[in-house]
Amino acid sequence: MTAEPGGEVTADVRPRGPVRAPEPVRAPGPRRIRVEHVMGTAVSLDLRDEAVPESALDDLFAYLRDIDRRFSPFRADSQVGRLIAGELAEADASEDLRLVLGLAEDLRRTTGGYFDIRRHRPDGRPDPTGLVKGWAVEAAAWRLEEAGASRFAINAGGDIVTRGEPEPGRPWRVGIRHPDRPDAVVAIVGLRDGAMATSGAYERGLHIVDPHTGAPPEGLASISVVGPSLTWADAYATAAFAMGRAGIAWVDEHPGYGAYGVTSDRAAAWTPLLDGLLLRD
Amino acid sequence: MFPKRGAVALGLTGLALALLLSFKTPSDTTATSAGSGGGLAVTDQAVATATPQATADTGSTTTAPAATAPAATTAPAATATPAPATAASGTFTGDAIATRFGTVQVQVTIANGTITDVTALALPNGDPHSAMISQRVEPVLRSSALAVQSARIDLVSGATYTSTAYARSLQAALDQAGL
Repeated sequence: MTAEPGGEVTADVRPRGPVRAPEPVRAPGPRRIRVEHVMGTAVSLDLRDEAVPESALDDLFAYLRDIDRRFSPFRADSQVGRLIAGELAEADASEDLRLVLGLAEDLRRTTGGYFDIRRHRPDGRPDPTGLVKGWAVEAAAWRLEEAGASRFAINAGGDIVTRGEPEPGRPWRVGIRHPDRPDAVVAIVGLRDGAMATSGAYERGLHIVDPHTGAPPEGLASISVVGPSLTWADAYATAAFAMGRAGIAWVDEHPGYGAYGVTSDRAAAWTPLLDGLLLRD
Repeated sequence: MFPKRGAVALGLTGLALALLLSFKTPSDTTATSAGSGGGLAVTDQAVATATPQATADTGSTTTAPAATAPAATTAPAATATPAPATAASGTFTGDAIATRFGTVQVQVTIANGTITDVTALALPNGDPHSAMISQRVEPVLRSSALAVQSARIDLVSGATYTSTAYARSLQAALDQAGL
């Protein structure tokens, strides 16, 4: 028995012997990989289109760096920094910041308050940081598509957007990380045009609390949400994780979205949508 | 290709690791299976029956047995009784039902035979968390013991890692393999 980060005592299910780490798929065709550190994490791009110019890749990362600058809550001169400081009225914010704030309000209502960008601030001012990464990466994917790309995957610190197929006839094979083992995955999901975001307590500590109780949620080690939009998948994963085990079922209420959860006692549970996406070989 | 992982290969992956599910709460004696192959309904749920007859198309949701259950058996769940013929529309208020958790009453909005909204009029206690749970019509989930996979993958989803943690991540190994 070991004490898990959530404070619950669970049986030790770690493998006794060595476990082979998942292997990368060998791609026969052209493949461009680019990794840059932005938004506090590493963003990996895997592009399979041959015709897309290198400048489109430059543009994608320049765009993310620009969003990072303008939306950073840590920079007093950024829009969000000024918004938090009360120097910028919401009505005077830029078009894209007002869009993000509108999304946040939709999410607060949709999630029954489990996703609330104001709640963790005593002054009630909005801090949209939790929403910005998913939205920015999704917007970056649109820009790449406008530049002619149709077969690529972006992984922004564990939040994923995929388009098309890496090779003809097969989807992107997306592993869901084991909550206790950085080098192992617990399931593989096949995605073509899609998105996946995961919330869990194992990377940055217990930064998610149930906003209604102020306590860390119980019942889930991680939850991965799949759907058409990374913005929503990311927010749903955050809200569902805060709900605990009931969050898996809650995700299923949203058409087009599904969830794969690993419980605190290390069982897996998933919604019917995942039945059609989980790869068994 | 996994430079940081010394003991890469040695044998096949250990398979599914123990631990059966413990989804069912002690009070949850029924209402588990529906459809294909034994899904489990997760979570406690609140209950009440919408008395008007209406066709309910709730997709992949379980419909708990009508709330005739005495307080000791199940927690309540919103149920619409399927009925043939016309697709009903309107707002229907269920009976107030006493459970061991307190009194539960729901209002169901039906449009063309489909439940579009379930509102709790009375709940055992007023906190929003139980309201969230109580209002939900539970879907059937699939579940299994957790397994460790060693199959080939293109990328990995996980809780957000920092730039520093990336260096030790499986995604970093995948990226290096592709460079």
